[in-house]
Amino acid sequence: MTKLLELKNVSKTFPGVKALQNVQLDLHAGEVLGLCGENGAGKSTLMKILTGIYTPDPGAEIWLQGTKVDVRDVNHARELGLSIIHQELNMVPDLTVAQNLYLGRPGSSKGGFVNDKDLNKMAGDLFDRLGMDINPKSYIRDLSVARQQMVEIARALDFDSKILVMDEPTAALTLQETDALFGMIRDFVTPETGLIYISHRMPEIEEITDRVTVLRDGEYVGTVVTDDVEMREIISMMVGREVSGEARPRTTVESDEVLLKVEGLNTKHLLRDISFEVRKGEVLGFAGLMGAGRTEVARAVFGADPKQSGDTYLHGQKVNIRTAADAVRNGIGYLSEDRKTFGLLLEQDIKQNAVMAAMKDFNIGGFILDGKIKTVGQEMSDRLRVKTPSVNQLLGKLSGGNQQKVVIAKWLVRNCDVLIFDEPTRGIDVGAKEEIYELIEQLSGQGKAIIVISSELPEVLRVSHRIAVMANGRITGFLDNADADQENIMELATVGKTQVVDGAVA
Amino acid sequence: MSTSAEGTRAESSSGLSRFLKSSIQQVFVFAALILIYIFFMFAAPNFAEPKIALDIVQQAAYIGVMALGATFIIATGGIDLSVGTGMTLVAVMAGVFLSGDWMNLPLGAGLVLILLVGAVMGLLNGLNISVLGLPPFIATLAMMMVARGLALVISGKATISIANQGYVWLANGEIIPGLKNASLIFILMAIVAGVLLNKTLLGRYAIAIGSNEEATRLSGVNVKFWKTMVYVTAGVFMALGAILYSARFGFVQPAEGVGFELNVIAAVVIGGTSLSGGRANIIGTVVGALIMETLKKGLQMMGIAQEWQLVVTGIVVLIAVFVDIVRRKRASAV
Repeated sequence: MTKLLELKNVSKTFPGVKALQNVQLDLHAGEVLGLCGENGAGKSTLMKILTGIYTPDPGAEIWLQGTKVDVRDVNHARELGLSIIHQELNMVPDLTVAQNLYLGRPGSSKGGFVNDKDLNKMAGDLFDRLGMDINPKSYIRDLSVARQQMVEIARALDFDSKILVMDEPTAALTLQETDALFGMIRDFVTPETGLIYISHRMPEIEEITDRVTVLRDGEYVGTVVTDDVEMREIISMMVGREVSGEARPRTTVESDEVLLKVEGLNTKHLLRDISFEVRKGEVLGFAGLMGAGRTEVARAVFGADPKQSGDTYLHGQKVNIRTAADAVRNGIGYLSEDRKTFGLLLEQDIKQNAVMAAMKDFNIGGFILDGKIKTVGQEMSDRLRVKTPSVNQLLGKLSGGNQQKVVIAKWLVRNCDVLIFDEPTRGIDVGAKEEIYELIEQLSGQGKAIIVISSELPEVLRVSHRIAVMANGRITGFLDNADADQENIMELATVGKTQVVDGAVA
Repeated sequence: MSTSAEGTRAESSSGLSRFLKSSIQQVFVFAALILIYIFFMFAAPNFAEPKIALDIVQQAAYIGVMALGATFIIATGGIDLSVGTGMTLVAVMAGVFLSGDWMNLPLGAGLVLILLVGAVMGLLNGLNISVLGLPPFIATLAMMMVARGLALVISGKATISIANQGYVWLANGEIIPGLKNASLIFILMAIVAGVLLNKTLLGRYAIAIGSNEEATRLSGVNVKFWKTMVYVTAGVFMALGAILYSARFGFVQPAEGVGFELNVIAAVVIGGTSLSGGRANIIGTVVGALIMETLKKGLQMMGIAQEWQLVVTGIVVLIAVFVDIVRRKRASAV
């Protein structure tokens, strides 16, 4: 096999930080190479060097089909046939598909004038060639994330890319959409091309890749042929130890007391007749496909979104929750799936974030008690083992796992009885995940009622005593952990309609 | 892609280095003020006299006090365009309350009413923004026009004199000999604003809202209420600015005040408060106001036309914001 691409001795130093150290990687023609590693292992940095976004430290070598090249910038990378599809999509929502495709492309305008008719035709031809069913005149804002991603892929392919890098492409995709993506990947890879696939999700790595290169802490760990190894071995290469795949909760629910009860919850667009209860010390998991309405349940119960009807009972008492402030006052905490947008103040420090939901206990007559904030922040940081030099560290500088611990701290300081975890380990290192699970276990052991929403079935099975499965805005069934497995959860999740309607997510 | 490992290595946290890091913007702005001051000491005759420095503080006082209030609004990620003409409206109302041909109220009652007018204008801005959900730019743009119109209507377009001795004393008297009361009030209000920003819920929530409004709301904070309170606070500071402005000469010209809002915003921005919210700096605002006034005074004493003062001030705003952006990019570059 010819080597399509070879990276040798790549290092990258940022002020004060060595992000990559003597990393190597090679991509064969006609293969899909998985690139794995925990957050911060240097995957994205390496790919940004390959595609000209970052310049490596002197001494790095990039060989393309046997020729040594110097990738000057993004446009040069494209000329060389190197394209990347980033984790965050780079699209302008208020322009159409065709306008986005040719944005900034030479030859897409004549003397400063743009001709939408030409662009639409070019885009239409491109989609025909790729077998994609996308209307070039649709606005990007009206497309689901999956279809936006297809547009990105089409754009990358239109550059005649020989090497395509995909950075966590399935983070927002449903299972069907992921299958469609894999179909496209297989179509893309020919004896002249290759693809580098970055993902946290082991089943995807197993399914789509031929070989896997693993990085850890900015260093090269090794490369293995996918078919020759168990996924567990790759994970242990990533974290430096063995991780078991089939874990279940280690605690049982002692109490019969129902702490939270929701009855007949409906929202305008999605949720229909949602009823469930969570006992003291119980972890209730919510499983389902993307768009099934799990997050919507959490937000409606928490008062973050309006509901049409439905009653909430806490400790058997009916409570009226219309705003997030009402929910917090009643002791309900919500840990959003999107920590950065909904959970944290990235420019503020750990101690301030930790007390954010409980400021009423940290002021006298409007005056802030800084000393108490510091003490409590420190206490929480120690108790949850946040890895940080001090509680004055800004949240933006912490890793995903440590940020999540601070969000948990926020609700512990508020002394909530009910905690709703929405995708508690999204974007968190494999190693730190287990720590979060243990925390959830501890909290339920202390008698809190906990709801965990997760798209990862092993995670739902790992933490939940009971599992509610949702599809199309309804709860389609409850399973006790002992009876649950990935198969019967998926069965319930795909009840009725098999496809989730595009854009159903509010 | 900042991670804990990287962050931990990057952060060496001795108390002093942390202090320098967090207040580097203040240090920059302060150094800029000193440099500008030294420049004029050489360039403008008589600029070095201590009296000039006192003049600068006194003349910066009304814009400075209003900028203190605006700092809170800008900390939330908002903006207040109504502070210039709003100031004029409040000053006109001061004339209505206190002058002989109108209500001729006692000074104390008049002052309370004046502050109340400012607070109500802030309240209206706040409600328009947080309850009706109007963007701050639009809500305060509308208020700017309304205030200008009302100031002209109420005054009948005529200059109003406020011949109340006590009122004029508020700006021109000297409780501390040698220091005009206007300067003293500026200093005191800066301390009040510093405490409000750093030590009270109002300031803490203002910064939290500017940092991430949604996360703050989902933390159970009543964001609508606190946002409104921020605008009310700024309204009170605006009213104080109006008092200092009108008491200086004892009369009000109802057509003035247009464009003052931009000086206020410039003072805040030069001081290092981020227009995108989440970061605010009271000392910076004070120094920002002083820089603007020093430029004005210095160029004036060099005999340079007023029009050029505007050009220079504009360039200073550009430089200040640019330096801040470069600095922050460096700080977060990983």
